[in-house]
Amino acid sequence: MRSPGYFSRAMLGVGLVFLYVPILSLVVFSFNNSRLVTVWDAAHSPTLKWYAALLANGEILDAAWLSIRIALAAATAAGVLGTLAGVALARHGPFRGRTLLAGMTTAPIVMPEVITGLALLLLFVAMEQAIGWPRGTGAVTITLAHTTFCMAYVTVVVQSRLAGFDESLEEAAMDLGAAPATVFRRITLPLIAPAIVSGWLLAFTLSWDDLVTSQFVAGPGSSTLPMVIFSKVRLGVSPDVNALATLMVLAVAIGISAAALLLRYRERRRQRDMQLAAAGSS
Amino acid sequence: MRRFGSPSGRRLVAGIPLAWLAVLFLVPFLIVLKISFSEMRLAVPPYAPLFASHHGVPVPELHLSNYAFLVSDPLYASAFLYSLKVAAVSTAVCLLLGYPMAYAIARSRPSRRTVLLMLVMLPFWTSFLLRVYAWIGLLQNDGIINNVLLYLGLIHRPLVMLQTDFSVYIGIVYSYLPFMVLPLYANLEKHDPALLEAAADLGARPFARFLRITLPQSVHGIAAGSLLVFIPAIGEYVIPSLLGRTDQLMIGRVLSDEFFENRDWPLASAVAIVMLLLLVVPITLLQRSERRELEARR
Amino acid sequence: MSAAGEAAREGEGPYLRIEGVSKRFGGFPAVDDVSLSIGRGEVFCLLGGSGSGKTTLLRLLAGFETPDRGKIYIDGEDVSAVPPYRRPVNMMFQSYALFPHLSVEKNVAFGLEQERLSRQEIRQRVGEMLEIVKMAAYGPRRPHQLSGGQRQRVALARALVKRPKLLLLDEPLAALDRKLREHTQFELLNIQKRLGVTFIVVTHDQQEAMTLASRMGVMDHGRIVQVGTPSEIYEAPATRFVADFIGSVNLFEGRVTEARADGLDIHCAEIGAEMRLACGPSSAAADGTPALTHGALALARGVPAVARGATVWVALRPEKIQLSRPGAPGSLTGIVKEIGYMGGVSTYLVEIASGKLLRVTLPNSARQSEHQISRNDTVSLSWHSASPIVLLR
Repeated sequence: MRSPGYFSRAMLGVGLVFLYVPILSLVVFSFNNSRLVTVWDAAHSPTLKWYAALLANGEILDAAWLSIRIALAAATAAGVLGTLAGVALARHGPFRGRTLLAGMTTAPIVMPEVITGLALLLLFVAMEQAIGWPRGTGAVTITLAHTTFCMAYVTVVVQSRLAGFDESLEEAAMDLGAAPATVFRRITLPLIAPAIVSGWLLAFTLSWDDLVTSQFVAGPGSSTLPMVIFSKVRLGVSPDVNALATLMVLAVAIGISAAALLLRYRERRRQRDMQLAAAGSS
Repeated sequence: MRRFGSPSGRRLVAGIPLAWLAVLFLVPFLIVLKISFSEMRLAVPPYAPLFASHHGVPVPELHLSNYAFLVSDPLYASAFLYSLKVAAVSTAVCLLLGYPMAYAIARSRPSRRTVLLMLVMLPFWTSFLLRVYAWIGLLQNDGIINNVLLYLGLIHRPLVMLQTDFSVYIGIVYSYLPFMVLPLYANLEKHDPALLEAAADLGARPFARFLRITLPQSVHGIAAGSLLVFIPAIGEYVIPSLLGRTDQLMIGRVLSDEFFENRDWPLASAVAIVMLLLLVVPITLLQRSERRELEARR
Repeated sequence: MSAAGEAAREGEGPYLRIEGVSKRFGGFPAVDDVSLSIGRGEVFCLLGGSGSGKTTLLRLLAGFETPDRGKIYIDGEDVSAVPPYRRPVNMMFQSYALFPHLSVEKNVAFGLEQERLSRQEIRQRVGEMLEIVKMAAYGPRRPHQLSGGQRQRVALARALVKRPKLLLLDEPLAALDRKLREHTQFELLNIQKRLGVTFIVVTHDQQEAMTLASRMGVMDHGRIVQVGTPSEIYEAPATRFVADFIGSVNLFEGRVTEARADGLDIHCAEIGAEMRLACGPSSAAADGTPALTHGALALARGVPAVARGATVWVALRPEKIQLSRPGAPGSLTGIVKEIGYMGGVSTYLVEIASGKLLRVTLPNSARQSEHQISRNDTVSLSWHSASPIVLLR
């Protein structure tokens, strides 16, 4: 009963090919000599000339640096806010505003980005009129916007991690004499640390990758990397974008491999621990 | 019930994110709502104030003209309907592809499951924009697919695939497939294999077992996955911009054009409000299913 | 030894006093006007079904809930509003609630670290406590590396290392399998005696409560229905609920036909007899032999205040009923319908003339004898006159 049918296995294969062929094509053609991205110039390929062109492209490098700074700031702010919201939702029981908070933390995840972007820009314009801040749009408004939709993801991750732990852990700590702040620092925080880390990584990726919201709330002179890429590729394929994509795929691949190795190590240790526990019960 | 934490500390924990979201999520939508009832002005900002000062007394000025315009110009209705169609077709295709994938992963050996899941998730971590961009190179007239097909002699003239409905479906299915597979996997993985054994024991053949045991049990997973694809697909902007038709716009593109090209903020706001109204039902359904999921984990 | 005696010996009032405590959750009374006194060194069991309020009462004592009404005094001090981290009380959780990210040693040390003791003292006390619960060899392990029984002992050590005067135990043995549970019961009592801690144990398992408790309180619908030693509660239950909840019981409805100063007459249609209750240890034991009867009852605890015509119930434990071959004229007879062999004892279901089924348990030493009772036999039923109990509720 365990073995899946041939059909579903075949579909899994088709699906995975479907997911990876485009990425693979980006990588392969980043080494192509021809400016025509889709025609393999066998005589002069592979070549690294598009990588060289990429590294010489000041616009792209500036945009990448801006995107990194925004993503770092937004992911960190979202990490803090999302952790607070997740803890409140998972641990504070019913409180006034809970439904509102729960609704507002999940809504940004599914809200079409054009609406979020438009709404945030209108807010920033109205705020500037009313209190004179933020002055114009730019990195600050992009960061605020990214923080808002990223914190939703952190909240969900933290909340579901906490839901997996019995609240009696915190009660036990209190029972043993730990005041609320100590309970949070010594029990809750270590428990949700992995969730905060993965929430932060998720937030960083989303911010780094965001185009639509940024387009609305970015001002002149504050183009993020996706905005620069978008304006380039709207006019058709461009080999240095392929090179950029390859570098990004490489970065993700390295990160994921490291995570996979860590997971495998943990799994091995867990199995050893289970054997220990089983030995203890006999 | 006494929960841990002093009252003031607890209020801060919930209060800070609540305040943040109120200012940067709730208030913006009220502003959108407000401006959708305003009129366009050639000014900064380009809309009329909502309260006209009448002898020093603020009088609200509500204009329904934007909504009237949305109804009168068939462009908008057609964009809405087209978005619905694209989202529905893409969701269906995603389901047809994603369900067998999730099923195969859930039924594979536990050690292999993690790897397969990671393979499905991995593209999600790489740039969405660049993954959509990759399809331009694949689909265009002198693109990779056409070149391969021509080389194999299967076709004699390049197929027109880019800037068609087909390319938009491909783009959406491609981008949102993980969102379909993950909730379905989470659901299918929990199924008790003994149920299928019991059904087999009672004489049900494989297809009947799937139809009468597996499928009914996975309804919630299907619903969650479909909503996670359908909702963002409705408002999709990047995919139709890069891959889609130029003669038929999706509503996300219409909103963005009204805003950036025509500088008609009030009309763009009205489009956003109508879009939100369209999405209220699916979003509520999704939130309910997520809450159920979270409570089930407790 | 009763709590009162214990407290008197210490020469002071009860260690824990609960006065009229109520707690509601969304209108539902979880704990309803509970008053209770518990002395030093007692093992007090709160027994009740699920939803009876026993766990809520425990959480009120630990400070995780605050009472809507009423006061809780520990050692004479009102702690009703004191947060859990300042109460001189520790709790052992049903789930054990061991911190998964800390080792066994660190788990046990956690409470002492909160008291800001010196590193030296913490290490010494943790070591001693792990020794007591026989977990000294497991200090560096993480909770998930332990078996269920080991976790239980770590949880106990973690709560006891703070030397609380009062330890609350929420279903301490529920997560253990049966063999281990019996063994652990006695270990728990040993440690309790050795350290002289007052235990309050919440359990739904009456067997566990009987074994552990010096006194117990039976809870139902948020109220304490009876407090007493295990034998008091078993032998003299106060209500039908208690009689039925603790062990099994045969209940007969009856009507008071005469209420006198020294006794009652009860007409019991289900037995088909008039019962005459006289006050005194035993009605017909002048010669020292226990009277076997079904007509007369002795009221060991005095005549209950009940009016003529009132409905009462007569409760009779299955093991207090004797079965014999029919002989004595006028005796209560019945037909054996079912026999359930249960190892040490057998349970007989006997139908009497009114159609009522009585449950009778007899030790199986008799089963091997020549007057073995089998299905469909007609038997005589009798009991000691002091065995039945009259219940007003």
